[in-house]
Amino acid sequence: MRKALVVYLVCEPETPELARAAVEAGADMIELGFPFSDPLADGPVIQRATERALARGMRTAQCLDCLAETRALVGDVPLVPMTYAALLEAYGWERFAADAEARGATSLIVSDVPAGIRPGLRRVHLVAPTSTDERLRLAASTTDGWLYLVTVTGTTGPRTTLSSALEGLVERVRPHADGIPLYAGFGISTPEQAAAAASLADGVAVGSRPVQVAEDGPDALAAYVASLRAALDCVA
Amino acid sequence: MTAIEETFGPYGGRYVPETLIPALDELSEAWEAAKRDPAFRSELDELGRTYVGRPSPITRADRFAPGRRVYLKREDLNHTGAHKINNALGQVVLANRLGKRRIIAETGAGQHGVATATACARFGLECVVYMGAVDMRRQAPNVERMRLLGATVEPVEYGTRTLKEATSAAIRDWITNVETTHYVIGSCVGPAPYPELVAELQAVIGLEARGQLLEAEGALPDVVVACVGGGSNAIGMFAAFLDDAAVRLVGVEAAGAASLGTGRAAVLHGARSSVLADEDGQIADAHSISAGLDYPGVGPEHAWLRDTGRAEYVPCTDDEALDAFARLTRLEGIIPALESAHALAVVDRIDAEYVAVCLSGRGDKDLAEALAALQSRP
Repeated sequence: MRKALVVYLVCEPETPELARAAVEAGADMIELGFPFSDPLADGPVIQRATERALARGMRTAQCLDCLAETRALVGDVPLVPMTYAALLEAYGWERFAADAEARGATSLIVSDVPAGIRPGLRRVHLVAPTSTDERLRLAASTTDGWLYLVTVTGTTGPRTTLSSALEGLVERVRPHADGIPLYAGFGISTPEQAAAAASLADGVAVGSRPVQVAEDGPDALAAYVASLRAALDCVA
Repeated sequence: MTAIEETFGPYGGRYVPETLIPALDELSEAWEAAKRDPAFRSELDELGRTYVGRPSPITRADRFAPGRRVYLKREDLNHTGAHKINNALGQVVLANRLGKRRIIAETGAGQHGVATATACARFGLECVVYMGAVDMRRQAPNVERMRLLGATVEPVEYGTRTLKEATSAAIRDWITNVETTHYVIGSCVGPAPYPELVAELQAVIGLEARGQLLEAEGALPDVVVACVGGGSNAIGMFAAFLDDAAVRLVGVEAAGAASLGTGRAAVLHGARSSVLADEDGQIADAHSISAGLDYPGVGPEHAWLRDTGRAEYVPCTDDEALDAFARLTRLEGIIPALESAHALAVVDRIDAEYVAVCLSGRGDKDLAEALAALQSRP
């Protein structure tokens, strides 16, 4: 079975073109980061990208436009806005979900709204190595389509090696995740790490590295994504 | 359990990444167990009496407020010079019960960092304190004190380089090291159970003050006043008077950091509260001469006390606080912290004869900042 490749980009004016390049190079899903001034789950790379995007005026309305423009360029590839509670609180929780969907979002990820809180908001849940079995069950039973496995106890950002915690997390969550794909992220950046993670999970999510590579334009991003795609296809 | 929604009316909650939820559950359980355990209470009481110097006295300030009965609750006389030690010791004792040997904290003015470093020295725990680079400059003596106490002070060179970013950096450290580390948050902010936990550890201020005021005057004060940054000395001072409907509760915010006065409902550092934020929910910068009040958020319980009308919150400018700083020093021989000077500054504005003010800390740490500001005045 083909292993899924999820690529995260921060919403900026260039992002729709970057997303198209990533999809053409083999990305199966795009996460669109809606920047928040105080991103607690993010490491230095995404913090800096966030700060820059906000300085360029990428507020909620502009990010929703970016989402719609991206949708127009990538066909029916899933698009998932990834953000923080503060943006939904300000915009209105239900209104945010409805407007994102109308602009082409497939689902949502809200990094600081864990499973069990705001149960009315349909979204993809994250689970972590620290999650108890009870919480894994809750997240798996309420997630929207797939589960995001946080491979590290930590924030987003490249690591030198793949976290050893992923294997145990996959083993613990599988029994609760009947038919729900498990995509591993946080700390995955190289083709080798992606292949190793995909040998355990159903797909991988990369964030900080594509955000860095995207600074060099769509061609550079496409080459990076293609290298991940090739590594994942060897696993499948 | 775990599905904690808002705790104080529509405020509070647990808006944090999944990684922290099990640690917050564990902390809630440990806190509930500790509260029921007489040994925990007596250990804290003993530390308060023999290490902190509790009970702290009340002082009548007749020259500062002639013709009125104005009392100061002297948290400045605590070991380490502020109310922060009440919370830091309580949480470090709690961390010991949890078996966590590494302690992290954020600090603005440095008082909470010093208090936490002190508690860690006393209990032999590793201590890392996050502090904005701007605050490290304006509160340099406290940086030296923390280092002397054996703590590592990590400068935060990001964003505003003040308390907001220091708190974010501490939370990121906690996300990374949660299995070995307890985060001693310094105010009644953050995800549940922190606001309630910190409020209960600070409640000793109001409990003592209420008894002392009754003993001195045979009656409760008309008004109780405290400064509000995150709001921990105020919530501790207010706690014992919440059920005394005739006692007005007044919180004083820095005019440039008036989360309650000019903020809106928003999510910051794990809780929904009243926050300085724009219409998109992006957090705004706060500005205050006092590093301890220089924070765009506030404890969720204060937002609830404001909405219910039980407490009122008023602003105070840097200039008014400096005047009060100078006046209390000259007239009573007490150098207040710039934070506490905000509470003192509104005493003149309050139309009441009998007032209790929480003097939350001493001003030694502020001398350089305050003198420079006073000398630069026209």
